[in-house]
Amino acid sequence: MSVAAMVVDQFRQVAREQGKEIAELNDDTVLLESGLDSLCFAIIVAQLEDRLGVDPFTAAEDVYFPVTLGDFIRFYEDAAGSQAA
Amino acid sequence: MPPDPRLPESGLPEMARPETLRPESLKAAIAGSEAMLYARGGQVCLSSRGRALPGLAGASVLLRTHSQLAAALGLIALDGVARRIVIAPPDVKAGHLASVIARADVEAVMGEDESLAIEGARFVPLDLSAVALAEGPQVVTEWVLFTSGTTGEPKMVAHTLAGLTGAIQPAAAADITWGTFYDIRRYGGLQILLRALLGHASLVLSDADEDVAGFLARLGRCGVTHLTGTPSHWRRALMSPANAAIAPHYVRLSGEIADQAILDSLKARFPDAAIGHAYASTEAGVGFEVTDGLEGFPASFIGRPGAVEMKVEDGRLHLRSARTASAYVGGGPDLRNDGWVDTGDVIEQRGGRFHFMGRAGGIINVGGLKINPEEVEAVINRQPGVRASRVSGRKSPITGAIVVAEVVLTEAANDNATFKEAILAACRENLPAFKVPAMLRFVPSLALTAAGKLSRNA
Repeated sequence: MSVAAMVVDQFRQVAREQGKEIAELNDDTVLLESGLDSLCFAIIVAQLEDRLGVDPFTAAEDVYFPVTLGDFIRFYEDAAGSQAA
Repeated sequence: MPPDPRLPESGLPEMARPETLRPESLKAAIAGSEAMLYARGGQVCLSSRGRALPGLAGASVLLRTHSQLAAALGLIALDGVARRIVIAPPDVKAGHLASVIARADVEAVMGEDESLAIEGARFVPLDLSAVALAEGPQVVTEWVLFTSGTTGEPKMVAHTLAGLTGAIQPAAAADITWGTFYDIRRYGGLQILLRALLGHASLVLSDADEDVAGFLARLGRCGVTHLTGTPSHWRRALMSPANAAIAPHYVRLSGEIADQAILDSLKARFPDAAIGHAYASTEAGVGFEVTDGLEGFPASFIGRPGAVEMKVEDGRLHLRSARTASAYVGGGPDLRNDGWVDTGDVIEQRGGRFHFMGRAGGIINVGGLKINPEEVEAVINRQPGVRASRVSGRKSPITGAIVVAEVVLTEAANDNATFKEAILAACRENLPAFKVPAMLRFVPSLALTAAGKLSRNA
């Protein structure tokens, strides 16, 4: 499974667990308008850390906070890439 | 950025300035003010006048409101009139209020409408259009706040207006508009309300049903200059495109550990703003503010003389000042030990700096709200088929921490997913959302300490 697919899968799973109605997900989806709240994102980041072995929020030297789902996915792709390198 | 041992002038700790505001009452402080309170549905100019409050002189009053605006006006109306104001936070469980009324000797409940009334106390409607804002002080009112953490029945701590406003300096600039992501019915938010009122500044209040983008847009329209929240609030704001609407001169964080990542992100987003992280708690009051852009605080803060004294004992930060709460209301452990309040925050020195390591006693801080693991474990352990559980905090770059649970079953279950869902459903039913475990896994056993207690360090 690609990083992008794994991220999207995780969004859907957490939305289901937390009983949230989730918007259609694409690269331009604004995270805070996706129907998920801060707690959901905290869970997603923790689950992805367990699955991918990386937490780019903590690992990155230049931290920024992703605004769209596309930002979020690239954040993980970059972190996973630099970890593999 | 190299650490600067000297704090910048604007961030000088309050004890360096002899001049502080000493309001006799809130009404006296705002007399003649043209400041505005902005709420979602409208705004109130504080210079307006209204009728006197009916028959609440000397009473113990529970202020229980739907909106923050009503709470602000209720506080102004009651201060100097009531003997005691008990401020109900927005998420207080209705089932706990009967005991609050008994423990705090509450005689009257004040709120916008009768849906807020509680059996056993007189209900006094709070008429927002006719709140008395301009009466002289009569009594020194005790302000009672709920602590954010703790199990079961809420703990209440008593403050005075003098203590609550002890850290507030005269406004350095005119035309300040405060905004806060906090709720003013809790300590952190109340500090901002008092700063705004004493500084004759305006304040933008959030609404319970308002989303982040909507509030940010409204903050922008109101021209917010000073904006405060927890690190978790700020992370959420940075994730919203609507943050383009705001350009605060002053950014303040408190209520949780401010890590270097969030401080750097805020500096990058608001390069011209002064950014400070403050230490405060409901029990210990406002401790100090750090303005050098670095996480933690300078080691020189420990042991320095001033309005707030700090020391480390058993690895935990202790504070002593006139701003600490005076007592628990209606029973509770002794709050002050020779004037010192144990903050429960574990700190560790690295070089010239102290860093916050988390809470002693396993207390979990999720976005500024504190959770006692035993409270969650008690709910889990009540479920059929559960032998034991351990609840702990897992670090999160989004909310500071999340609640995770490990559960031991009495016998191996065939369908773990169904079991898990049943346990979580029970948690959702009995606990506020932020206390429900975000992750739950089944484990064969849990380590115990030599004394036979659940090991909390594993």
